[in-house]
Amino acid sequence: MAYSEKVIEHYENPRNVGSMPKDDPNVGTGIVGAPACGDVMKLQLKISDDGIIQDAKFKTFGCGSAIASSSLVTEWVKGMTVDQALTVKNTQIVEELNLPPVKIHCSVLAEDAVKAAIADYKKKRASKES
Amino acid sequence: MKLPIYMDNNATTALDPRVLEAMMPYLTDKYGNAASRSHAFGWEAEAAVDRARDQIASLIGGSGKEIVFTSGATESINLALKGAASFYHERGRHLITLQTEHKATLDTMKRLERDGCRVTYLPVDKEGLVTPEQVAAAIEPDTILVSIMLANNEVGVVEPIAEIAAAVKAKKKDVLIHCDAVQGVGKIPFNVETSRVDLASLSAHKMYGPKGVGALWVRRKPRVRIDPIIDGGGHERGMRSGTLNVPGIVGFGAAAALCQAEMADEAVRLRALRDRLNEGIMSRLTDVYVNGSMEHRLPGNLNISFAFVEGEGLMMAIKDVAVSSGSACTSASLEPSYVLRALGVGEELAHTSIRFGLGRFNTAEEVDYVVKLVVDKVNRLRDLSPLWEMHQEGVDLKSVSWVAH
Repeated sequence: MAYSEKVIEHYENPRNVGSMPKDDPNVGTGIVGAPACGDVMKLQLKISDDGIIQDAKFKTFGCGSAIASSSLVTEWVKGMTVDQALTVKNTQIVEELNLPPVKIHCSVLAEDAVKAAIADYKKKRASKES
Repeated sequence: MKLPIYMDNNATTALDPRVLEAMMPYLTDKYGNAASRSHAFGWEAEAAVDRARDQIASLIGGSGKEIVFTSGATESINLALKGAASFYHERGRHLITLQTEHKATLDTMKRLERDGCRVTYLPVDKEGLVTPEQVAAAIEPDTILVSIMLANNEVGVVEPIAEIAAAVKAKKKDVLIHCDAVQGVGKIPFNVETSRVDLASLSAHKMYGPKGVGALWVRRKPRVRIDPIIDGGGHERGMRSGTLNVPGIVGFGAAAALCQAEMADEAVRLRALRDRLNEGIMSRLTDVYVNGSMEHRLPGNLNISFAFVEGEGLMMAIKDVAVSSGSACTSASLEPSYVLRALGVGEELAHTSIRFGLGRFNTAEEVDYVVKLVVDKVNRLRDLSPLWEMHQEGVDLKSVSWVAH
């Protein structure tokens, strides 16, 4: 299968690769996918107390499209509010990267990773407040 | 050294220039129909086809009169299985094969099941091997045919075909043995007489011949009968109608003759290259696993799982090297390789597998380049892999409850 230029560009120069401390109360961690399915994304968001995403990091086990989708989404959500980040749709990723139908699940995974990271962050906040 | 490097010789092989040279006259001046009996153009074509029959039969220890030309091995396998099931349907309706066979066999068996046959799909051990006892034990009173591959296309594992055939015939003499010999013929010794097979499927393009031509070897003594699956002018003794692909057949014959002449030396050379590739990778990376038996294996095949690095992602990183992967992402089904599953390789490792297929035109320089590239890229992708990170932290990945999607 031929990859789009944008996928190749993100794959070869992935943005925001790395990890942040999981125990940091301002860091939300989302891990989605499964090794048996061939892709796992770990996405971490550092969120300020007023709900702005200050930093995003990812690590992905998967094909080129999965790596490119996670790289792209970390770029997008940086600077967004939590509520804005929750509106990021997989279809936007599909469009931006020209993903073929067989790779749509990669974009779904990236969307889910953002949601999972935010849910983790909110859970941490709730338990801190209670 | 030229890029890209072709290391996918289990998928197809390059046409050997010497084969092309043999074919050229039949693509230009010598265009006769081998079935034309009334003029020199036909006679010339027929003589060339018969020479090719002998060259191919000689490679497998058979007679040229036993060769039926087809469009390729998929057709040969279809003809062998459907043709025998149809002709011998009064003798029985049960067939036996392996779970690791090529789709050409498995999907033909599925078709036969829909048409009223029963099929036993035998498991293999973690090396990819089936035992003769296992096959013999699966024989039922109405078993008509056993189909076993000589060598597997994904993991290169070589099945003990002669021992299997002997065990089967000892248990029930009239059971036919079909061998999908596509991957093995021309690479390792295979003899239809000492192996006691009744039908053997062959392909030209896996042995440096052209695409679009294959053969089914059909035993004459004692005579094995099959019904045709293509009807028409009654070519190939009624077993396969259709005008013969004369240039393709000439190329197939030339390719077979080259394999026969060079196989012994070439196998030694390829095995050394394969071992150099394997040792180069194994000595520089941890958590890498060879899939399938190293002892019973085609000389040029290496199938490795690079744990924590997804196969398609790795192929993209080594895009100047043509290989293939058992990862789901390379198939339309999103299921990882059923062959690796049959060997008991977990899905998470099946997704990380790469098949290297070395061939006649690969060099030691290329192998060294590939070792270095693969090691660099696996390390890069592991730095990017959350699974590698967890593994380094001592997390047992099997204990994690993953959110499958």
